[in-house]
Amino acid sequence: MIGVGKVKQYSNVLDRPLSKGKQEVSLSAFAFLFSELVQYNQTQVDNIAELERRLEDAGYAVGARVLELFCHREKGNRRETRLLGILSFVHSTIWKILFGKVADSLEKGTEHEDEYMISEKELLVNRFISIPKDMGAFNCGAFVAGIVKGVLDNAGFPAVVTAHFVPVEGQQRPRTTILIKFAEEVLAREARLG
Amino acid sequence: MAAIYSLYIINKSGGLIFYKDYGSAGRMDTNDSLRVASLWHSMHAISQQLSPISGCSGTELLEADTFDLHCFQSLTGTKFFVVCEPGTLHMEGLLKYIYELYTDYVLKNPFYEMEMPIRCELFDINLVQAVQKDRVALLGR
Repeated sequence: MIGVGKVKQYSNVLDRPLSKGKQEVSLSAFAFLFSELVQYNQTQVDNIAELERRLEDAGYAVGARVLELFCHREKGNRRETRLLGILSFVHSTIWKILFGKVADSLEKGTEHEDEYMISEKELLVNRFISIPKDMGAFNCGAFVAGIVKGVLDNAGFPAVVTAHFVPVEGQQRPRTTILIKFAEEVLAREARLG
Repeated sequence: MAAIYSLYIINKSGGLIFYKDYGSAGRMDTNDSLRVASLWHSMHAISQQLSPISGCSGTELLEADTFDLHCFQSLTGTKFFVVCEPGTLHMEGLLKYIYELYTDYVLKNPFYEMEMPIRCELFDINLVQAVQKDRVALLGR
């Protein structure tokens, strides 16, 4: 190989090997970038639902990509095909790599069979964000919901994913719950597989 | 017990963007606090010009009979100042810490407009903790 050295510099991102790189990214740099993303999208919309949708779309693109990459890196090009498998892949593997920790909890909805919830006491993207009172229940976690949706959709588990603030007793700050509602076909397939 | 009377944050043009008072002493109404803010902004600028030392960054501490005023100016011209009981220690540290909170919870918040009054829940929560922690540290000595 030409130019063999201790540290190789790749000028083009596409030339870099896909294996694990340095895992850490500056939180401040990310927070500013994310803040700009939200601010930019805010100028492009005229209501909050639209802003939420745009953030979700931005996350969707990330999700689609991380699914490919992490299936290759972590699982030797194998992909989860069962419902619980893919959910724990999102809850553990993806969360760990994107946010540096496993999500606080993964629960099944009590009222509906097709609903699952990933809860996080303090979502990384919301660490520095205070939602103004006039924006109501808007949650920047919509971006993370988009990531989850991107992963699930591309893994063959179409679902509707939304982010919500849930107040916690005795806590000043509400936690964020990512609500996953799977499409009917997913549950039908699960039932068939037994 | 040494106490902090109030905290001000003023933007680079001298407008008050944050004001909070602690305890009963030195409490002011909104107009007075705005006046103090712009007064301090001007005095700070004048002191910079009058200083015999070239490259002076302005008054850092004003000692009066009934209060001390500690001021910290960031590189972008935002000024943080606390009014406290005479002889209160560690105010520079507290101001630096408040500046840190400002950069985290105000500047990284996409819903904050630069140079406008600060209304960020997380900033308020963390500020209360910082001031309380400081009080505990002072009491413990």
